[in-house]
Amino acid sequence: MKVELEADKCVASGQCVVAAMDVFDQDDDGIAILLEETPAPELLDDVREAVAVCPAAAIRLVER
Amino acid sequence: MADTLAGPVPEVPDAVPEFPMPRSGRCPFDPPPGLKDLQEETPLTKVRLWDGSEPWLVTRYAEQRAILGDSRVSADTDKPGYPTKASPEGGEGKLSFIMMDDPEHARLRRMVTAPFAIKRVEALRPAVQRIVDDLIDDMLAGPQPVDLVEAFALPIPSLVICELLGVPYDDHAFFQDNTKTMVHRDATPEQRGRASREVAMYLAGVIGQRLAEPKDDLLSSIAGRIEAGEIDHQQATEMALLLLIAGHETTANMIALGTLALLQNPDQLALLRETDDAKLVASAVEELLRYLHITHLGRRRAVTEDIEIAGQVIKAGEGVIMVNEIGNRDPDVFPDPDRLDITRDARRHVAFGFGNHQCLGQPLARMELQVVYGTLYRRIPTLKPAGSLEDVRFKEDAFIYGVHELPVAW
Repeated sequence: MKVELEADKCVASGQCVVAAMDVFDQDDDGIAILLEETPAPELLDDVREAVAVCPAAAIRLVER
Repeated sequence: MADTLAGPVPEVPDAVPEFPMPRSGRCPFDPPPGLKDLQEETPLTKVRLWDGSEPWLVTRYAEQRAILGDSRVSADTDKPGYPTKASPEGGEGKLSFIMMDDPEHARLRRMVTAPFAIKRVEALRPAVQRIVDDLIDDMLAGPQPVDLVEAFALPIPSLVICELLGVPYDDHAFFQDNTKTMVHRDATPEQRGRASREVAMYLAGVIGQRLAEPKDDLLSSIAGRIEAGEIDHQQATEMALLLLIAGHETTANMIALGTLALLQNPDQLALLRETDDAKLVASAVEELLRYLHITHLGRRRAVTEDIEIAGQVIKAGEGVIMVNEIGNRDPDVFPDPDRLDITRDARRHVAFGFGNHQCLGQPLARMELQVVYGTLYRRIPTLKPAGSLEDVRFKEDAFIYGVHELPVAW
């Protein structure tokens, strides 16, 4: 599975970092950064939570 | 005959229900029963407001999130159809970017997102812990009963915002006094207005000082935007005032109402008091945010292009209200939604709204509440209400729901 992040949609809520801190971080303005495009399987539940709580619908988890 | 009815056919009531609706006096933590009934019947229905207008009310979680995330709605109170709030507190006024649309909204909002990044907020945690501990020390040293709202709930967010903005320590008392008046139950609209202007003038002054001598704080960073020609001094002041107002009474009410809800649910309070697990404390914060929902008048928008949703068309020029309070009690998302259960996973609640206007300060609010809920009941394990629940006055008519006062003892 591959994570896609549309940073121009990001509203800097940081909720992806709270949900999956091994996969997401924030830049100096709080805009999301993708650390791990293809996270390990054990991180996928956290990523799914990040997808669900992102207020800007800026994150997707897609089949590779 | 079996298919004939005796007597006249009862008239089908076609009256549009009024909004807001009264809560049940017995369940001050639950949404109005009428709203729960509407949610059961339909995801979308018209309601009548104080001014006779009839916007749509969105009752269910999925549709609420969909509309709040839709670019065909506007947060601009001047747009046709915007559902206006009525309140004894007077008009809403224009609060910087929260009543604007993108791209201007995004441009201004991004100027102040930095301090709310998760790591920056975490760096503030020790300062918030100190503020909370000091206020508890003061309460324990003073007489009982004490009003938790005045002694604890209101000062915390005010002092935290001082930290965040960079208000010098010597000015904290001035800042506290005036911010207290801005939200005080007994203050007249004139007194509130005067206090608000005092604070605005004060913030404008500090921003001016930071223009000349920048420091490492948010007011300096806002001042920097003036220097870069991105905003003027007036806009900078409005922005600083917005950050104060948006985070003050909201957080305070979550502290007081959350404490009352926990005192009414001793099993949940015991779980929280006896845990060392930061995750359970964080989970309790999410559940209380889901369960209480203080922004009871709902998120409101004007629709700018027709939106088809749940088998209906919301037309351009109509208004729409998302009462997140019932979205958070949607049984399809949160099983047994009317039960307070701090062990449930409530992270997907919409207490902070959703979409591009989702509360900017939510990481800070969450951290403040984690410190408060994780500290107060451990340090004062015998905390109890000093009166009966019947005597507590709830803020039925206010923009932000909560309690006017909460006398406690231990």
